[in-house]
Amino acid sequence: MSEQKIVSRKFISLGYLPAWLEELALGRTVYVPRQEGRTVLYRPFVPGDLPEFSRRPAESAKHVLFPRSEGLFSFCRKGDPGAPDTRGLLLSESAEPGQAVIFGALSCDARGFFAFDPVYDGCGTKGIAKDVYYLKRRENTALIVKACKTPLSTCFCHWTGGGPASAQGADALATDLDGGILLQAVTKKGAALLESAKLSPATDDQEASARAAHEAAVKAMPSSPSLDGAPEALLGLFDNKAFWHAQSAGCLSCGACTYLCPTCYCFNLTDESNGIAGTRLRTWDTCMSALFTMEASGHNPRRDKAARLKNRVGHKFSYYPRIHDGRFSCCGCGRCIRSCPSSVDIRQIVLNALKENADV
Amino acid sequence: MSIQEELQAVIKEALPDVSCVIGWREGPEPLRAAPLFVRTPADADAFRSGYFAVNNPAVFLPEYKGGKVGVVVKGCDARSVGQLLAEGLIRREEVKVIGFPCNGVIDVDKVAVALAGACDPGEIQAAREEGDELVLTTPSGEIRLRKTAVTADKCGRCLFPNALDADVFVGDTLEPAVSADDYADVAAFEALSLEKRMDFWEQEMSRCVRCYACRNACPMCVCREHCVALSRDPRWLTQSDGVRDKMFFQIIHASHLAGRCTGCGECQRACPARIPVLLLKRALSRRVEDLFAYRAGVDVAGPPPLLSFALEEPKIKERDW
Repeated sequence: MSEQKIVSRKFISLGYLPAWLEELALGRTVYVPRQEGRTVLYRPFVPGDLPEFSRRPAESAKHVLFPRSEGLFSFCRKGDPGAPDTRGLLLSESAEPGQAVIFGALSCDARGFFAFDPVYDGCGTKGIAKDVYYLKRRENTALIVKACKTPLSTCFCHWTGGGPASAQGADALATDLDGGILLQAVTKKGAALLESAKLSPATDDQEASARAAHEAAVKAMPSSPSLDGAPEALLGLFDNKAFWHAQSAGCLSCGACTYLCPTCYCFNLTDESNGIAGTRLRTWDTCMSALFTMEASGHNPRRDKAARLKNRVGHKFSYYPRIHDGRFSCCGCGRCIRSCPSSVDIRQIVLNALKENADV
Repeated sequence: MSIQEELQAVIKEALPDVSCVIGWREGPEPLRAAPLFVRTPADADAFRSGYFAVNNPAVFLPEYKGGKVGVVVKGCDARSVGQLLAEGLIRREEVKVIGFPCNGVIDVDKVAVALAGACDPGEIQAAREEGDELVLTTPSGEIRLRKTAVTADKCGRCLFPNALDADVFVGDTLEPAVSADDYADVAAFEALSLEKRMDFWEQEMSRCVRCYACRNACPMCVCREHCVALSRDPRWLTQSDGVRDKMFFQIIHASHLAGRCTGCGECQRACPARIPVLLLKRALSRRVEDLFAYRAGVDVAGPPPLLSFALEEPKIKERDW
């Protein structure tokens, strides 16, 4: 880090961590990385358990702010025997989301929400159509990210403007030190979480050790290529079917990449009704599915997986940055590469696009 | 010449007759190969076979129907090819099958278990095989694991290490390590009470993100974009995040694969939530073997039992009911 100003700093010895998390969980849901089966996911903290830090979570933390499936409201059709010509509809709103803390998210997870923010804050409608469901959760959720020490072979946060110890988008940054964790708040929300008797004051030495750890983590990342020109290169290849067929040959068209992605924000709306009552659901959608663009007429503008993969890569590295000040809607977490059953590598596709464009 | 070099030569020879040969190359992580599509002789140099070549290339074959394509297959992959042929999903004359003796493949999940928190498997920088050991380069130094501890379960019960029905077979055939699949995993699970089994699946399915990697990685899944999981009309499943719908889909998937699943395990390997969905399919495969004496992808001379009708099945005596 740290481009951001540190508002307050505290130290917690490892022995106090469970007690502090229990304290945070009073009146809030605290999400931590948790081992479940043979994987690590963000799950509500269970008193007595320690967060799992030896492996990085397979999924991003986006489901905390953007649930996989959420009931927007429920409905029930109503008839009045006294007035048979009229029909009523009873709507009930879903409950307001509560307060939450994500402890131990990765830096890339926090930066992932940057891709959501403008879109759900009504950027396309000059701020008129705001997504209240997302914004409420965003406001109610505090993020404490934990600095990474070593990169995975699929990590590339630094290609996209991030870093292993970046606090961008987070409220506080946690760094492992001998015997405990240094906590540095970068927002008021973060500072409020650090007001606890379970935490002790941090020293300058501890902050210096954390800085050294952050620098070592940055150094451990392999050098990053320049992606300048990626938006234009991808747009230039829009009609190059041979290129996209080659890039997508191994793709299975499943949704693992988009569902694990911290920045993929597309959703579907369905009415799940049973008889006269039901719920309007908002559910994650995936542009890798053929149904994503299936039109009511039966026409599908993205009929093959090449067209669909082109959209995923193009959206993140071309269409989105072209309308959002050049920012990629990719935070380089590498989960799409790591969990792809076919090892489709989005980094390689972007580099191939740059190369292909340079060769033309 | 190593098996890999021999295969590279065979791929190059096959190329003039086929639009591409499907195999494996190095992937973005040292432990995971990626599918390779060889279209020119130079592409063949990237071909890799061996311990990390886990993906089942048969899953791609139906996409290439209508033109001739080559595919390099392990024994288990060859069973998928056999089943695709038996069901008429691909045509024999359109596929050139290249086989080799397979010594087993890695299960990356088992590596994570064997590392016991020493590092994240994603931090592994390099991997090489040394005899019975797998040597991993990690940020904290070299770690040696016994290959037997990290080899896929399916390899331990493999009866067909040599691709069946191959047009070209490279190398000497291997003797299978076992003489029968005893379905000990299924038997152990089915010994649990119904309540315990239900609890197990509810817990496991709660992790499902509904990405359908299991479905798409399955070479035998044929409904494609008409899948019950996504169809809105008719609407079989809701889009909610509940365990019921997730389990409903998995049970439909497993039922549709009864007598068709070859046990390649790609559904389970593809699952980002690591749900052991192969167990459901194996439970049904065991029943099909018992009832119909049929093993998918092996006994493919006649039609698969659940895709055909017999007035009376030898082992189902309906008239005596």
